[in-house]
Amino acid sequence: MEVTYVRAINQALFEEMRRDENVFVMGEDVADLGGAFKVTEGLLEAFGPDRVIDTPIAESLIVGAGVGAAALGMRPVLEMQFADFISCAFDQIVNMAATMRYRHGGQVACPLVVRAPCGAGVHGALFHSQNPEAWFTRVPGLKVVAPATAYDAKGLLKSAIRDDDPVIYFEHKRLYRSIKEDLPEGDFLTPIGVAEVKREGRDISVITYGGTLHYSLDAARIADKEDGLSVEVLDLRTLLPLDREAIVATAKNTGKILVVHEDRLTGGIGGEVSAIIAEHAFEYLDGPVVRLAMADTHNPFSPPLEEFVLPDTNKILAAIRRLAAY
Amino acid sequence: MALEREKHLAERSLLTLSESNLLDLYRLMSLIRRFEDRVAEMYTRGKITGFCHLYAGEEAVAVGAIHALYDKDYVISTYREHGHCLAKGVAPQKVMAELFGKATGVSHGRGGSMHLFDTEARFMGGYAIVGGGLPLAAGLGLSIHYKEEPEVVCCFFGDGALPQGAFHETLNLCSLWKLPVIFICENNFYGMGTLTQRAICQQELYRFAEPYNIPGVRVDGMEVLEVYGAVLEAAARAREGVGPSLIEAVTYRFRGHSMSDPAEYRSKREERIWQERDPIKRFRRRLNERRVSGEVLDRVDREVDAVVEDAVRFADESAEPPISEVAKNVYVE
Repeated sequence: MEVTYVRAINQALFEEMRRDENVFVMGEDVADLGGAFKVTEGLLEAFGPDRVIDTPIAESLIVGAGVGAAALGMRPVLEMQFADFISCAFDQIVNMAATMRYRHGGQVACPLVVRAPCGAGVHGALFHSQNPEAWFTRVPGLKVVAPATAYDAKGLLKSAIRDDDPVIYFEHKRLYRSIKEDLPEGDFLTPIGVAEVKREGRDISVITYGGTLHYSLDAARIADKEDGLSVEVLDLRTLLPLDREAIVATAKNTGKILVVHEDRLTGGIGGEVSAIIAEHAFEYLDGPVVRLAMADTHNPFSPPLEEFVLPDTNKILAAIRRLAAY
Repeated sequence: MALEREKHLAERSLLTLSESNLLDLYRLMSLIRRFEDRVAEMYTRGKITGFCHLYAGEEAVAVGAIHALYDKDYVISTYREHGHCLAKGVAPQKVMAELFGKATGVSHGRGGSMHLFDTEARFMGGYAIVGGGLPLAAGLGLSIHYKEEPEVVCCFFGDGALPQGAFHETLNLCSLWKLPVIFICENNFYGMGTLTQRAICQQELYRFAEPYNIPGVRVDGMEVLEVYGAVLEAAARAREGVGPSLIEAVTYRFRGHSMSDPAEYRSKREERIWQERDPIKRFRRRLNERRVSGEVLDRVDREVDAVVEDAVRFADESAEPPISEVAKNVYVE
């Protein structure tokens, strides 16, 4: 049966809560309402109010309480209603959760997941559209994942919940109901820290994740059909730790690299990916490593302005063609 | 008047606690004072580096409060936490070694003075972000509540944490969910160098309990039995599932905010007034009333001196953490 991205996340929560009674869900409107995006729908009925917990609107507290519970062996899954609100919890994530294990010489772990519905293209304007993953990808102790398919949404969330370290899980709002796919029956995991080639190619590599994977795949198909270009698409899936081997392998394979993400250009993951390639695959390059990302602006509300600042299939296609001609 | 009632409770405790219990209280306060004095000395000699905040003067708060708990109850604290950690029963050797940054330290040299932690003693950490540990206390309480365990959480913080959002978020939640947490505000009148009058709109800090519908009391934080009595009540309340309490312990740090702070914002006169309220000297007088002789107490002090001396030696002789393990425990391996 075809499963949407949002349903895949919901299934992962159901299955992991059933598997381990220490797993619980906490956040704003996650219980009675089933979440602002219905990601946690049905959990309250299935697992009761002790494990599916509505909180006040206090992101710092939600994460901080999660850290305290995790220190005693619980496995909280904490929802930030929108990823933009995660900034309110920044201290608790980077200072408390991320350092918990190191700070005390390994005495306790901090096995929690922060789910952050992220992404633009839904006319959410400045505080309901952001992709704040790069704030976290330079924090040791955290793991950061950003699934782009229903399969990975389910597989990565299940892995994140079972992981003993704090994981920030970025789920793209635009994908919730716009993509679906057949998922295998039964238990499956997507490993954290492992990228996946979603389309094989020889001429150019597009390295991407999250909201721009599908645009990249569409662009690759068009480039193949209209230009005869063989475009490889690597889905990073995990942003911390990055799968350096997969990044270097695709760079060596094609020699031309386009990095695409919906997060802003400056200080985005693309810079780190480019540096890895420059350091480890320099001799294999046939052109500059090119980045295509959101413009260095805020997220405007105006639909035409929003469209202008965000990467899309056409912009990716144009960048592929420019790079091919280099 | 809350204060009168607390004084009454303290009188009762003086009569009802056994002599060995009272001596335990004295021993711990003396240990903390002598430990901190030696820390200051080691700091001056360059054996201890970094940012180091001493607890001298405030001993009655940690000792009185923690004595009212069971061993299995949890304590969570601030960056001025040497005293809480020792009072919770962590070996002075391991605490001193951590201050020296040694591998044998309680946090294996990774945390230092501000990040002591010991799961065995259920000391759930000092937190060097003002107010940062409070949400964690709610989480500890939530876990206890979920697992239907009998423990309580004792959460220490300073007056400086009150203006932080984390304080208000946490009290709201703990009251709402009736979590088993005891909030103990150590009001020493200064957030680093800023007087509470310049930082907080309400000087009776215990009254911050009112908007959160929980009991709030002010105790003399220089009087160990007053703190003990108040925490005993709050712990019983928390254990019964009735919810949290806020206790304001009025106290004073005898040294600056940190080792690098000469505390020039305080007058000598003010310091002298508070020195006269020294919680250890006061408790000695109370023990004399109970006919515990000065000789017995002097002997305790000498024993404590030996323990502290041994801790310093242990710390000094311990090895540095190996460079090869610098990245260990960034992640679970």
